This record gives sequence, structure tokens and C-alpha cells, in this order.
Amino acid sequence: MWNILEYAAWALSALFGVLMLADLIRIDTTYDNELLISSREGEIEATAERHEI
Amino acid sequence: MENVTSTAAGTDRLRLLRVLGPAHVWALGVGIVLVGEYMGWNFSVGKGGMIAGLMACWVAGLLYTCVAMIDSEVTSTVAAAGGQYAQAKHIVGPLMAFNVGLFLVMAYTMLEAANAITVGFLLDTVAGMQGQTGLNQQPFIVLAIMFLAWLNYRGVLATLTFNLVITAIAFIAIIALFMSVQLGASAVPLDFSAITSDPLPYGWVGIVASLHFGLWYYLGIEGTCQAAEEVRSPARSLPYGTMAGIMTLLIAATMTWYICSGLMPWEYLGQAGTPLFDAARVTGNTSLMVLLFVGTAFATLASANGCINDASRAWFSMSRDRYLPSWFGAVHPVYRTPYRAIVFLVPIALIFALGAPLDQVVTFSILSGLLGYTFMTFNMVMFRNKWPLDKIKRGYVHPFHPLPTIVLLILCSTAYFAVFLGYGTQLSAMMCFYIVASLWFHFRRYKFVRRGDQFTMPWPKPHGY
Repeated sequence: MWNILEYAAWALSALFGVLMLADLIRIDTTYDNELLISSREGEIEATAERHEI
Repeated sequence: MENVTSTAAGTDRLRLLRVLGPAHVWALGVGIVLVGEYMGWNFSVGKGGMIAGLMACWVAGLLYTCVAMIDSEVTSTVAAAGGQYAQAKHIVGPLMAFNVGLFLVMAYTMLEAANAITVGFLLDTVAGMQGQTGLNQQPFIVLAIMFLAWLNYRGVLATLTFNLVITAIAFIAIIALFMSVQLGASAVPLDFSAITSDPLPYGWVGIVASLHFGLWYYLGIEGTCQAAEEVRSPARSLPYGTMAGIMTLLIAATMTWYICSGLMPWEYLGQAGTPLFDAARVTGNTSLMVLLFVGTAFATLASANGCINDASRAWFSMSRDRYLPSWFGAVHPVYRTPYRAIVFLVPIALIFALGAPLDQVVTFSILSGLLGYTFMTFNMVMFRNKWPLDKIKRGYVHPFHPLPTIVLLILCSTAYFAVFLGYGTQLSAMMCFYIVASLWFHFRRYKFVRRGDQFTMPWPKPHGY
């Protein structure tokens, strides 16, 4: 049984890897890179939580 | 496009999804740490005996209570992904921030690798109990990392809800074992006679040496602040989740020491691979054995899961500021996760999980964590000096300043000495690595950083500037 589990683990690992890589490639080819890296730190602070006494 | 946020300036920007509450913060912090109760802490007993193990538990508990209080105050104010990296950037400066970011990535990636190795070891143990010898652990190690990376890739809410469930089960398992033994479910009675017959087998130096592994009880609780950009209310949720987390761990750690030390001789406990599971086996109760095996497996997975979350946020945050290539600072337009950072760190975790011995991986993780705690001490002093309490509003103000900072610094120094006793070479090698990385950042990388853009908090000018 453990031999089968070993093969199943390899197969599932490959599946998860392929799912991530395929989605990464799909996203990178569908969206503009400038949009994907457009996140900026601190937007929360500017909108929701002001540090004022 | 509905997943894109329009800013006040009219430009479209992606950002991480703000969906988490205090329970998720608790699950992130405790989830990373609780595996330390299931394994690792008991080597402190081996270093100095039962009393040394208990003292390490409480001294390390004091150290981490200081960490949690200091972290809660600063993070409730600097609520950004990257946690301590973002704190260092705003309060100390870019070179410190780069180093702290590396501490975080190294500490969490190494811990993730150590957890994956442990998953393989656990399954090997089960296979051995079923008569299967020579199990190939590699596919299970790889599967643990790939599955959890995929989960993290798909979204933070599912990831940390999953962590909440499995962490709660692992914590309940410890309480169940404690209650069952107290109510007489164990075939073997609790025996603490070694406390009087063999109190300090290696003398007082054994207590200092045991502190190295005492850190295992709480290592990683500071990871809660990596969720800062994804919680609905950072100023409330982060202190609440972090403080609840350290309280949970103090209870779990003391219960764990009590049960394991009472059920097993310290000579065995000091080198056991899975002490809580072994304690359950000693009770002779099959239900407890199954429950503690499940708890061990869940605690290990929860820790690896939280580590992937935290390491990727730190890497993403540094890349967003161009401390690292900006390509890694991307947000997934649908899942709103730092997907490139998550995928990039997978092979690094795999290399360490498949190619490095467990104790080396763990030691590198502990050392990186210790460097981070040391940074917190002067970071806290600088924060209070530059922005006193009447200058900016905090979500949480920790009491007795600067006492926790002083205590933390003293305990960190002691812990360095304790690590040096057993792993002096690794400590020196790690310091060399960070010095070389700092030189690279200063001379080669910092020119790419957008210096004005990285300081984002709408704070008043620091006191004295």
C-alpha cells in the first residue's frame, strides 16, 4: 500500500505544481505587468486608519 | 475590472485582499508555533534535566511575551505586509529593513522545510508501525510543500481558515491529553521524583544550554504581523490575535512540559522525536494515541502553511519596494495573493527539505528569528523616541516601557550564548552570510530602490527632525 501512496504523492505534487505554474503563465500573459506589480504599501493608512491623536 | 482598486489619483491598482479577522491572526501565529510543543522543545530537557526544561519554558515564555507586546504596538501602527521589515524600513532605515526582510524569509522558509521533513518522518513512523520499512519520505515531503503552496496561491482566506481549524484541533488535543491524565485515564501515574532526586544533572550551565531549545515553544508568534495588509482592522485584530496567541502558547507549553515530564523519564524525553505522541502512547489509551498523532500531523502542516504565508509576504513586500527585483512584487488579479513570491520560494524550500539535515535547518531558522528579536529591541526604543505616545495614535500601547525591551535584549543575549554552546560554527556562518548580503544590498541593489516611495505612512515628522 505504501508503494502506491508514494506514487500518488508524486502524482499529486506534480499536479499542484502544474496547476500553479499554468495559472502563473496564464495570468502573466493575460494581464499587463504594470498592473500586476501596481500594489503599494500604505493605502490602508491613507483611507481607513489615520494616526492622529 | 472588478478586482482592481481605483485609487484617489485615478490609477488602477491591485492590492492584497482585506478579509481576515482576529481568529485568523491567532491561527497564523499559533499555527506556526504549536508544532514546537509537539516536537523540539524536549531537547531542552536533554540539555539540562526536568527543571532546566521548565525554566527554559518560562524564560522563553517571558522573552516571547516581550516580543508579542512590542510587536503588537509597532504593528498596530505600521500595518503593512512584511511585518517587521516594514517596521524597520520606517523606523530604522533601508539597510536594517533589508536585513530584517532576509531574517524573515530565511526563518520561515527554513521552518517550512523543517516541517516538511517532519511530515516525512511521521509517515515513516506510521509505516514502520505497520511493518513497512524503508519508506521513501521524499514524495510526502514534496507533496506537503506543493499542496500548501497551492493553497496559499489560491487565497489567504481559505489558507488561514484551514490553519484555524487544524491549529484548533492540535491545541484541543494537548488539552484533552492533559485533562485525561489528570482524570486518571493514564495507565502510568505522573512521576516528578526526578525533580528532587536529579534536579540539575548538568548544573546551572545546563539551564542556559536548554534555553536554545526552549525557544521552540514559541518560535514564530511574531509572524502574526505579516497579515497586517490582509486583516480588516489591523489596529484591533493584530494586537488581539497576537496577545491571544502568546497566552494560548504559554498555557500549551506549560501543559506539555507537565504531562511529558510526568509520564516519561527525562533521559528518554530529552531525545524523543515526538514527545507528546510518545506521552499518549505511555498512557496506553488508543483514543489518545490517535488524537495526539492527528495533533502532531496537523500542527506540522499548520506550521508549514503559516510559514509559506509569511515568507511570501516578506519577499513580496521587499520586492514591492525594489529591495529585490520588482517582478516578485506582483499581486494575483483574481486570488489577490503574492503569487510570484509564493511560487518562487517553493524550490528553495524543497532544496532545504530534501538536501539539508533537520537540526541544521532548524538552527538556521532559530538564528534568523533571534536576529529579528534583537532588532525589535532598538526598533522599539527608536519608535518611542521618534514618535512619542502623544505624537501618533497606536492601536495598542504596551505597558512598562522600556522594561520589556531591556528584558528582551538580555534574554536574546543569553539565547545567543546558548546557541553558541551547541552551534557556534552555524552562528558564525550565518553572520557572515548576512554581512555579505548587506554589502551586496548597499553597493549593488540600493540604487534601484525608489527612495521616496518606500515611506508610506502618513506620520508626522519624527521628534527632533
